[in-house]
Formats: sequence, C-alpha cells, structure tokens
Amino acid sequence: MQTSRLGLLSGKPVFSTLLLGALGVTSLTSTFAQAEEIQLLNASYDPTRELYQDYNPLFSQWYKQQTGDDVTIEQSHGGSGKQARSVIDGLPADVVTLALGYDIDAIADRTGKVAEDWQSAFPHHSAPYTSTIVFLVRKGNPKGIQDWDDLTRDGVEVITPNPKTSGGARWNFLAAWIYVLKRELGDLGKLDDPQYADEVKAAKAAAETYVGNLYRHVPVLDSGARGATNTFVQRGLGDVLLAWENEAFLATQELGKDQFDIVVPSVSILAEPPVAVVEGNVKNKGEAAEKAAHAYLEHLYSPEAQALAAAHYYRPVDPEAAHPQDLARFPDLELHSVNEVFGSWRDAQKTYFDDGGVFDQIYQP
Amino acid sequence: MSTTQNILRPAPRTGTAPTESIPWVRYALSALALLIIALFLILPLVAVLFEAFREGVGAYVDAITDPYTGHAILLTLITALTCVPLNTLFGIAAAWCIARFQFPGRSLLTTLIDLPFSVSPVIAGLVFILIFGSQGWFGGWFAAHGFPIIFALPGIVLATMFVTLPFVARELIPLMQEQGSEQEEASIMLGASAWRMFWTITLPRIKWGLLYGVILCNARAMGEFGAVSVVSGHIRGATNTLPLHVEILYNEYQFSAAFAVATLLAGLAIVTLIIKSIVEWRQQRQWENASS
Repeated sequence: MQTSRLGLLSGKPVFSTLLLGALGVTSLTSTFAQAEEIQLLNASYDPTRELYQDYNPLFSQWYKQQTGDDVTIEQSHGGSGKQARSVIDGLPADVVTLALGYDIDAIADRTGKVAEDWQSAFPHHSAPYTSTIVFLVRKGNPKGIQDWDDLTRDGVEVITPNPKTSGGARWNFLAAWIYVLKRELGDLGKLDDPQYADEVKAAKAAAETYVGNLYRHVPVLDSGARGATNTFVQRGLGDVLLAWENEAFLATQELGKDQFDIVVPSVSILAEPPVAVVEGNVKNKGEAAEKAAHAYLEHLYSPEAQALAAAHYYRPVDPEAAHPQDLARFPDLELHSVNEVFGSWRDAQKTYFDDGGVFDQIYQP
Repeated sequence: MSTTQNILRPAPRTGTAPTESIPWVRYALSALALLIIALFLILPLVAVLFEAFREGVGAYVDAITDPYTGHAILLTLITALTCVPLNTLFGIAAAWCIARFQFPGRSLLTTLIDLPFSVSPVIAGLVFILIFGSQGWFGGWFAAHGFPIIFALPGIVLATMFVTLPFVARELIPLMQEQGSEQEEASIMLGASAWRMFWTITLPRIKWGLLYGVILCNARAMGEFGAVSVVSGHIRGATNTLPLHVEILYNEYQFSAAFAVATLLAGLAIVTLIIKSIVEWRQQRQWENASS
C-alpha cells in the first residue's frame, strides 16, 4: 500500500500511518477485519486506453464484492517498447499489459521483476484478447488497395510507426513478412521442413525485398501506434495506415464512419497482446496488493471482461461471452501466430528488430 | 545617480531614423511584422480557443473540472512553486558571483549556466534517467530507500529545474555588470552589514530585472514538455503535468478537452505577457527616473 509517488505532495501517507498506528492499539482488542485500500499501476500500450478506462471500474467493483478491498487503478500509456523501457528504468508498474511478448521478456531479462515463465501464468499464453493487423484507407478506397501487394505500388504512401519503439509496428512488419512467405510457399508448413530449404530461402529473400520496398513508401515513422493513427487521421498524411484491427475500428467509430474504410488483407498475423504481473514492484506493496494484481489480470478472462474486450474491438479468447453483434464485426481472414512462423518473439526480435537486424538493413530513410 | 550610468544610457532619440525618409519601407516592414504576428501568434491562439469551445461551454467546463485535470494543475503549480524560488536564489547568487568578483573559472561558470539553453530537453530528461533510473548510477539506492526520483515528483522537479536554471541568472548578470558596485562599496564603507547592503542597495536596483527573470522562469517551468515527458512516466492523477495532460487527451481523441486544457496554459501565457509588459514599463520608468 505504499505508493503516493507524490510523497511530497500529499501528507496523506503520513497521516494514514498515524491513523493506522492509533487503530493498531484498538485493533488488539477487536477482531475487526479492515478493508484494504489498494492502488495499482497498469503500464499499457497506446490503443488500450479506452478498454482499460472501462475495465478498471468493472474490476474494482467486482473485487470489492469479492474481498471488500478497494482497488484503484492508475493508467500509464505509451508505445509498448517505451513503456517496457520505463518499467526497466523504474516506473513502479504493478501490472503490464503490453503489445507483444518480447517487451515483457525485456523486463524479465533486465530487471528480474517479472518471472521468466510469465507467459504460462495465465491462460492462452497470457494473452486475454487478440487482434490482428488490417489496413485503414480513405473513404471509397481511392487508391484501390486490396492486399499487401498494392501497398508497394507507385504513388501509395503507407503510414506505420517505428518498429524499434512501437509494438504495433513490429506486428505490422511481421504481418507483411508472413504474407510474402505465404504467397511464395503456399503452405507455411514448409518452413520447418528441411526438404524445402531452398524454397524457404528464396521466399525469405522475396520477403526481405518486399518489406524493404514497403518501408520506402513510408513518409514518416511515428514512435507509437497512436501517434501513427493521428498522423493518418488528423494530419491527413498517407493513403493507407497499417493498424491494429481495434485501432482501425476505433478510428472509424470515433472520427467518423464517412471518412475511412477498413480493408482486410488476405493473410495477416495473429497478434497476442500479453499481460503480466510485475512481481518485483507489487511485492513491495504487500500481500493484499499482490493478490489484487493477480486478480486484476485473471479477471480479464471473465465473461464480462471478454464481452468488454469485444465491444472495444479486441477479439476475445472466449467468444461465447461476447455480444454476437460485436463478434460479427470481426472479418474472417487467415491468421498466423508469431510462434508458428518465427519460433518465438525472442527469435523474431533478435533476427528482425535488434540493432543490425533485418529492419536496420532494409530501412534507409 | 552616478555619472557612469548616465554615460551608459542610450542617446536620446532625435533626428530621423534611416527608414523614415522612405515611407513605403516603413509601411512594408510594419505590415510584414503585423502579418507575422497575426500568423504565428494570434491565429494559433484563436484556433486553440475555437477548438476548445467547439463542443460547447458545457464540454469545456467538464474538461477543466475533471479530477485528472485538477491534479495536473496542482502538480504543475507544485513544480513551479518549487523550481522558481530555488532558481531565483541560484540566479541571484550566480549573478552576484559573476558580476561582482573576478575569479578563475568565471567565464566557464557563465558558459555552464547557459548549458540548459543549448541542450535539448529530451537529452536533459534522459540524463536524469541515466543517473536516477533504477538501472542508473544512484537510482537503485534511492528506490530501495523508499524515495524514488524518476517517474515521481522529484524527477519532474529536477528536470524542470534543469531547463529553467538560466532564466534568472541570465537576466541579472548583464544588469548587475552594468550597474557596477560603487554604491554597494559605499554602503559597506559607511558601515552597513552585507545583509543590509543587499536589502537596501542591491535588491531595489535589480528588482525589476529579477522579476522579469522570475516571470520567464515560471512560464517555462509550467510549460515544459520535453524533459518532463521523459521522466514523468505519464501516470494519470499522479505524475501528469498540464502539458503532458494535453497530449494524453489529444491521443485519446478527446480533442475538445485537449484544447480546453490548452487554454489554461495559453491563459497562463497571456497573464505572463501582461505582467511582463508591466514590469518592462516599470523598468523603463526606473531607468528614466534614474537618469533625469
């Protein structure tokens, strides 16, 4: 129950300590169970703002009924990579709900504040909702964009953020990569089959050419997904935005259905934004806070939260719970996961996004 | 007043300025200046106000009275109220040192005071992360002792202090150098204590320059974005200052609310400008009284 990062600002912690001290005397004689007041910080990535704005009160209310404890949740949002960096540098987040597994791996590797096997702590690889990457185009699709191949045509400008700092951008990159592999190989099962090694090698070269070409059509690399959306939507730059499906829906809903269309490509990536408890931070707040932090993420899998996720355009892992109307909005398309195509996020990060990786080789501004 | 000051006064304006002989140059230059002011100062201000009230007065009031906005205002005020007095003290001390004494490293000190002006605020913020971040040199120790610096109020204050450090000193150094130390020396010789000399001789002579520096320092302290953004952590209701809150609202598609909060900052800037003009006017009058 530590917290007030504004220790200097509010005299409240001091006051409540005195109060607790005074109560301590009386509580020796009474068995009165006191409700805890718990404050948790959720460090999340950009497009989840609206989801957690609604989920937090839902959870607080439910948790109060269950345990009697009052939980308030503070939010911090930013590019996923930047948020991970902040937690590494000491942002006292109790839970992280980021865009991709590697960012949580980074926290685990560099600080040890997250358990190594965090991905098995919650169901579905600790990803309570999924999404994918789609295209957002201007109303009427004036450039006639239908699939990935259309993005590298002459005169098409593509908006996508910087994969070095943005989780969404890394999904965009890998989705494009998967598309080319699929186009070249027909069957992604060949990737692990030594018999097709030459064919796979050629497909990877084709992917590198295509993605390099794609980034030559990007006029500006924003640092986060929300920044890229604003560039496309507010500033009117570019012909197509590579966007989280939920972000694309949100942009069309919030900023006028008459301005944008969503184009669904033939193949895309199964994006699994994961969640984890930052044990190293929350344990300082005591047992009640630790329990609440676990419950906070656990409850994301509850039917109410799953329905809420679907309402906010995330694909729920438990579709039964969601409103059928919400589910109907999600188009059917061929999705492949990172583990299936790239082995793991650690491998993908190392090969494509670390310094000197594929992105550095193909991106020349 | 002393003769040195009379010599240093600018010459009274007599005769015709070079441009006055060619009227169209004067008009063209004035028109250009007005156009630039309208384009770069008035238009953005109008745009901010227009956007802020686009969804009506009710939405504006809602945005301003939102508890998160209230907290951002409070945090911004606390930051300014901590930084400005400290930097005022520092500014007076530094200006005193530099204007009144000759010592080795004096010009180095003058250059160092200017450093925050030449360093990008983002770098300033990152430097504090390097020093006080939990992977940084001292951050682990502070955090372990329950006094986190980065992503908390102390970090925000430190970063703001860094970027606003030069304002008061920069204003006072030339002023005090120009004024010279004769009056102060006289007061000491007449038996005044150093304390009395400061309050009765030094301070009255620098007060308008000092106030001017304090106003600029305050304006920057309240408006600083870059350095604070790096060390803040962007936790709503905890480490979110007014400029950061504007950004968050904007990123949440709450455009009207973002601009409503921006009007608070714009209002602050206008109040600052008005006070600044008054101070300049008083300063001018003080000069004129002194020289007549």
